[in-house]
Amino acid sequence: MELRVTDLTCARGGVPLIAGLSFAVQSGEALVLRGPNGSGKTTLLRTLAGLQPALAGAVSCPPEQMAYAAHADGLKSTLTVAENLRFWAAIHGTRGVDAAMAAMNLTDLADRQSQNLSAGQKRRLGLARLLVTGRWLWVLDEPTVSLDTASVALFGAVVRAHLAKGGAAVLATHIDLGLPEARILDLAPYKAALPAIPSGFDEAFL
Amino acid sequence: MASLWEYANPVKFMKLSGWLLPVSALLAAGLIVTGLVWGFFLTPDDYRQGATVKIIFLHVPSALMAINAWVMMLIASLIWLIRRHHVSALAAKAAGPIGATMTLIALITGALWGQPMWGTWWAWDPRLTSFLILFLFYIGYIALWSAIEDADTAADLTAVLCLVGSVFAVLSRYAALFWNQGLHQGASLSVAPGTRMDWSYKAPLYLSMTGFGLLFLALVLAGTRTEIRARRARALISRERAAA
Amino acid sequence: MIALLVRDLRLSMRAGGGFGLGLGFFLILVVLVPLGVGPDPAVLGLIAPGILWVGALLASLLSLDRLFALDHEDGSLDLLATSPIPLEAVVAIKALAHWITTGVPLALAAPVLAILLNLGGPAYGTLVLSLALGTPALSMIGAFGAALTVGLKRGGLLLSLLVLPLYVPSLVFGAQAVTRAAQDLDPATPLLLLAGITAGSIGLLPFAAAFALRINLR
Repeated sequence: MELRVTDLTCARGGVPLIAGLSFAVQSGEALVLRGPNGSGKTTLLRTLAGLQPALAGAVSCPPEQMAYAAHADGLKSTLTVAENLRFWAAIHGTRGVDAAMAAMNLTDLADRQSQNLSAGQKRRLGLARLLVTGRWLWVLDEPTVSLDTASVALFGAVVRAHLAKGGAAVLATHIDLGLPEARILDLAPYKAALPAIPSGFDEAFL
Repeated sequence: MASLWEYANPVKFMKLSGWLLPVSALLAAGLIVTGLVWGFFLTPDDYRQGATVKIIFLHVPSALMAINAWVMMLIASLIWLIRRHHVSALAAKAAGPIGATMTLIALITGALWGQPMWGTWWAWDPRLTSFLILFLFYIGYIALWSAIEDADTAADLTAVLCLVGSVFAVLSRYAALFWNQGLHQGASLSVAPGTRMDWSYKAPLYLSMTGFGLLFLALVLAGTRTEIRARRARALISRERAAA
Repeated sequence: MIALLVRDLRLSMRAGGGFGLGLGFFLILVVLVPLGVGPDPAVLGLIAPGILWVGALLASLLSLDRLFALDHEDGSLDLLATSPIPLEAVVAIKALAHWITTGVPLALAAPVLAILLNLGGPAYGTLVLSLALGTPALSMIGAFGAALTVGLKRGGLLLSLLVLPLYVPSLVFGAQAVTRAAQDLDPATPLLLLAGITAGSIGLLPFAAAFALRINLR
C-alpha cells in the first residue's frame, strides 16, 4: 500500500499555499513535514485527509484509509477515557480498546472523565484514538504538543510499532520524535506563487 | 443560449451592464412614471372601492417583482452551485435586498389597500401573510450573507439556504391558504387582470409592471456591479497583505 | 451509527440540561401566556393549540445551536467527517438525538400543559399525535439550520432567524389539526400534510445539511 501524491496544489480560503507537490509514502515509512508557520502544513494534511478539496493534482490513497489527528482532540469532556475510545472503536468498527489504552499508558485512567485529565493525558488519549481506527495511514498535525519527554518517547515507540505492522505516517512536527528513519520533506520550495493579476480579471477574483 | 454564459466572465459582464444599466434605468423611470401618473390621475374611480383601488398600480408590480426576485435568486444560486460562476453568486446576493424591498412595498401597499375595506391597518389575509413570510425568508438570506466572512463559503451556504427556503416558501404559501380558508371569504385582495378589470386600468397596470421589471433589472445590475467591485477590492487587499 | 446516538444521548444527559431544559421552557411559556393574556378560559381554550405548538417550536430551538457547534469546536466533527459513517447519516442521527431529548418529552408533556390552557376535550389525542408527527421535522429542519451556522460564533440568533420561517408550514398544519379536533372536526387533512412535511424533511434535508457541514469544514 502506498500514498502517492502527484502535483498537488492546496489552498486555504481560495488562496493557493502549496503548488506542484509530489511525494510517495510506502508501507512502513514515515514522512515528516517541515516548514515555517503558515507554509500550509495544516492545509496539506487536511487536503490529504479529504477535509478540503485540492485545487489541482491527485492523491492516490482515498481518505477512508487515513486516520487524521490534529490540535483539537475530538474528546468529549464528560465521557471517560474508556467511553471515548469505545465510541471511536464502534464508529470505525474495530474491537477492543484495551490494547490502545495500554500502548499509551492510559489503562489506569480508563474510568476517569476526560475533563479531569491533564493536557498531556488528553493528548495521549487523542493519540490512542489513532490505534483504535485500524487505518494504515496516519496523518498527524503537531501530535506531540503538550507531551513531556517521556510521553514523546512513548508516542515515538507507538509510531514505530505502527510502521512495523505495515502502517505509514505523514506528520507535521517540529519535535524530534526519535524516528531517525523518517524522511523529511521541506515544504518551502513548494510555496505557491500568487497568481499574476490578469489584466482583465478573466474569471478569478483572487 | 451558449452565448449567455459569456457573461459569467466578470469583465464581459461589466461591459454589458455598463450600457444596459443606464438604458434600463431610464426606460424603467419612464414607464413607471407614465404608468403611475396615468393610473392615479387619468383613470376613473372604481364604483365600489373608489380611489383606493388605484394602489394596485404599485401593489401588483411590486408583488410580482417580490416573487420574481426570489426566483431569480434561486436560478442564480443553482448556477453558482453547478457551474461556479462568481457573477451568478454575486447577482443572487445583490437581488436579496432588492427583493426584500419589493416585498415590503407590496406589504405596505397591500395594507393601505385593505384599510378602507376592513377598517384595520393589517389583516391576516392569506396573500398578505404569504408575503410577510416571504419577507422573513429574504431577511434570513441577507443575514446569512452578511454573517459569513469567506466569500465562497457564503455563496455556497446561501445558495443551499435559497434552495431549501424555496421549497418551504412554496409550502408556506399553501399553509397560509389552508390556515385562512373559510374566514373572510371573498375579502382577499385578488386582482385578476383580464377578468373584471376594465381596459382603462389594464393599460397603466401593464406599463407599471413592465417598468418595475426593468427597474428590477437595473437595480440587480447595479448591485452586482458593486459586489464585483467590492470583491475585487478585497482580493487586491489580501494580495497586498500576502505579498508583504 | 448507534454508537453516535448513544454518545449524544449520554452527553446531553451528563451536560445537566438534557431532557429537562426543553420541558422546563415549555412549562414556563404555558404559565406566562395566561398571565399575559388574561385568565378567561374561553380565550385560552381557543389559543391553546397555537400556544402549545409555538412553545414546541421555541423549545426545539433552544438546543439547536449546540447541535454541531460542540463537535466542531473540539474537533469531533472533523473526525466524524473522516470516519466510515457518511456525513448525511451523522446529521440524521444527531437530529434523532435532538428529537429524543426535545420532541418526545414535549409530545408527552403537552396534554398535561394543555389542561392548564383549557384545551377542548376531543383535541388531546390529536395534540399528542400532531406533536409526535411534527417534532421530527422541527429537529431535522433545525439540524439544517445548525449546519449552516456551525462556523459562526454567536450563531444562535441567526439560527433562529433562519429556522423559524422554515417551521411555518409545520406550525400551521400542526396547530390547525389540534384546533379542528377541538371543534369536533376531522383533523386528518392537516395531520397528513404535517406528516408529509416531516417525511420530506427527513428524506431530503440530511443531504442539504451534510453539504453545508462539508463547506464549513473546509
